[in-house]
Amino acid sequence: MDKALYVGMNAASQNMMAQAINANNLANASTTGFRSDFAQTMALQVVGDGYQSRAYSQTESPTSDFAQGPLRQTGSDMDVAIEGDGWIAVLTADGSEAFTRTGELSLTPFGELVTGNGLPVLGNAGPIALPPFEKLEIGSDGTLSIRELGQGAQVMSVLDRIKLVNPEVQDLVKGEDGLFRRRDGEFEIADGNVRVVSGYLEGSNVNVVDAMVEMIGLTRNYELNIKLMQTAQRNSEVSSQLLQIQ
Amino acid sequence: MHPALYVSKTGLSAQDKQLTSLSNNLSNVATNGFKRDRVVFEDLLYQIYRQPGGNSTQDTILPSGLQMGTGVRTVGTQKMFTQGALQTTEETLDVAVNGRGFFQITMPDGTASYTRDGQFQLSAEGQLVTTNGLIVAPGISIPINANTVTIGTDGTVTAVIAGDPASTQVGNLTLVDFVNPAGLQAMGGNLFSETVASGSPQESTPGTNGLGMIEQGMLENSNVDVVEELVNMITTQRAYELNSRVISTADQMLQFISQNL
Repeated sequence: MDKALYVGMNAASQNMMAQAINANNLANASTTGFRSDFAQTMALQVVGDGYQSRAYSQTESPTSDFAQGPLRQTGSDMDVAIEGDGWIAVLTADGSEAFTRTGELSLTPFGELVTGNGLPVLGNAGPIALPPFEKLEIGSDGTLSIRELGQGAQVMSVLDRIKLVNPEVQDLVKGEDGLFRRRDGEFEIADGNVRVVSGYLEGSNVNVVDAMVEMIGLTRNYELNIKLMQTAQRNSEVSSQLLQIQ
Repeated sequence: MHPALYVSKTGLSAQDKQLTSLSNNLSNVATNGFKRDRVVFEDLLYQIYRQPGGNSTQDTILPSGLQMGTGVRTVGTQKMFTQGALQTTEETLDVAVNGRGFFQITMPDGTASYTRDGQFQLSAEGQLVTTNGLIVAPGISIPINANTVTIGTDGTVTAVIAGDPASTQVGNLTLVDFVNPAGLQAMGGNLFSETVASGSPQESTPGTNGLGMIEQGMLENSNVDVVEELVNMITTQRAYELNSRVISTADQMLQFISQNL
């Protein structure tokens, strides 16, 4: 049997993985703050005598797309979107620091500021807790100022500041929970240049047109690999016929 | 089978939930005191097929691995407690809260529930009740021979009784507030109930402790923004179509292999 069959089979199965990554991007086309993932293929040459012509493909997800997603207005005081580069630092269940672009904030009954999925938002010194307030203002540098219950508009108290960070993109890695972390697991230092805008949310940065074209391209590529397997099959059929004639 | 099938399935069911929620918002566009829902999505967990940073040999490290997302998840719905538009009705027993706060309603079993809908009426016994006939706490009875009823901005209810030039105070409407109103559980019937997430109710006089004033002769409309909901409907439909397109593509891929090999 021609070993080309395995080259085609390997490529087709790796192609399905790339298709799955692409499908995940499309499934998250309306997830707030989602960063789309890239899928790329790498050639892996088989080392050894007579194998040099053979290169298997391997799908990998090198990184995510860090482009800005569209900002959409929600009008809610508790919604923030990051303008340009930067991340909101949150505390994960295991006590480590993670970064997110999802700014659908809400409060726990104890006044803790949490993200939409319940992770505490980090401030200057650990998780942020707010006393009962009448009005919350989130400044463009993440400063949280509130008008306390029963106070007039003249008394705004500044309480804390959301920890906004801007690590180098190559230091970031997406975790299994979809949050980004530093590759070395270190804590990131807050960056004063990150800007947020309150009353807005950042949509997913998945470009659906790109993703659809990518999907078509992957499908055609898949079909080519199946054709290669078909050719390998025909080759082996023909060679068995040759043996029959003799 | 093809992993993309299951990934896109999660996308379809998320968009289904989004559509259900926004159709509920749209159908309540004229419901007094209604607060719209917003669906919160998050990406599902990622499966690591090949660990980035793993050693490819003793001295070299894989620069990138293979991580595959498994789709999208609906984390929950968030009630948006923004103020609805106040509509003047001139009706004596219509009241609206201008700001934070909820009216307290006593349920038939004695428990409390909370509402923003101030379209009150009188029961046969002269008690202030909601349109559904539930008693408004703390229980206010208007005398049968009352000529006019006035509800002050601080919730004081006074009545002028025929033959008496002075007005008589017949009760006080109080409001309650919650630390996290978004954590309240919607019970239907314009009512909310307290949960662990909302915190316990803090009762005060309207206009104090951050609570809003009560406005007589006004009702609070639904806070559904029709334009926003319709735009959401368009994006939901398109996202649904894209995900179903992925399913049919994955299906075609499987069909191609089963027919051509």
